[in-house]
Amino acid sequence: MSFINYSSREINCKLVYYGPGLCGKTTNLHYIYAKTSPDAKGKMISLATETERTLFFDFLPLSLGEIRGFKTRFHLYTVPGQVFYDASRKLILKGVDGVVFVADSQIERMEANIESLDNLRLNLTDQGYDLNKLPYVVQYNKRDLPNAAPMDQLREVLNPTKAQEFEACATSGAGVFDTLKAVAKSVLTELRRGQ
Amino acid sequence: MSGPDVMYPEEQQAMSLVCARLTRDANAKAVLLIGRDGQAIADAGDVDELDVTSLSSLTAGNVAATGGISKILREKDFFSQFHEGEKTHIHITLVGGRAILVVLFDERSSLGLVRLRVKKSSDEMVRLFDSVAKKAAAKSEPSILTEITDSDIDNLFND
Repeated sequence: MSFINYSSREINCKLVYYGPGLCGKTTNLHYIYAKTSPDAKGKMISLATETERTLFFDFLPLSLGEIRGFKTRFHLYTVPGQVFYDASRKLILKGVDGVVFVADSQIERMEANIESLDNLRLNLTDQGYDLNKLPYVVQYNKRDLPNAAPMDQLREVLNPTKAQEFEACATSGAGVFDTLKAVAKSVLTELRRGQ
Repeated sequence: MSGPDVMYPEEQQAMSLVCARLTRDANAKAVLLIGRDGQAIADAGDVDELDVTSLSSLTAGNVAATGGISKILREKDFFSQFHEGEKTHIHITLVGGRAILVVLFDERSSLGLVRLRVKKSSDEMVRLFDSVAKKAAAKSEPSILTEITDSDIDNLFND
């Protein structure tokens, strides 16, 4: 849940990057961290296994500038994508303000994408949220790979509600900031609308 | 989506004072008050060398994970946790289900003293959170959100 501090004049929001294992959630955060000026970011934390798979979450605090004298701070989290870490995924969704679903475009990962998207809907429902009412953006990652599925096919299966969507290659950074800006903007718009 | 959590200057100042007094009374190195979603609310003591943002996020994750364990054990929330380090120890308590109170201390204090002092401070903080909740519900304070326009949001994302 967003937090507005009238004393320190800050608006804090929580964004969660969700998706199947190895889809590039952590790579999105690494790119954002690498390309953001030091004064606009905090330390990036990765709670990962020895083989660098996300164990609990990655965390990156970002400042996106000021609105009407209030600093806007976004806390970016990723979830562990591997199926058996479901309990952790649920916890990380607590208090979420906006979600990015990072899909793996490789045709072989279609099943994993569908499973993860179903899991996202279910876990949000468990926390009292509805994906259709939450600020939500879909990112089709790994578009540069030769085995990437056609966009029409991905759209049909993974974005039936026609949420905002972006093609991306998180390793090169293509589409990474477009995705972040879209979800952050959507969160602020929703926050204002909710008043 | 429900409305945002808020904090007003009057209660913020009062919470900072409670943190400062707890730091002194418990002989603590530092005290942090954190929202359950990991946002830093107030702090006191020796925090200049601390990465408060990271500490807040990790503590909230820790509390959430412990809460998950308590559910599996069909136990109500674990209200407090204690981590013993070589030099620095951490005492973590839930404040009325709304926030997390963290006390960092060393050999100059003791777990017993920290526990004793935390109880009193925690009760005061619950009262302050109640006051914030009442103000927010009554909408007695003007909201920044009503002043924000579409162009304010657009301007934030202009390159």
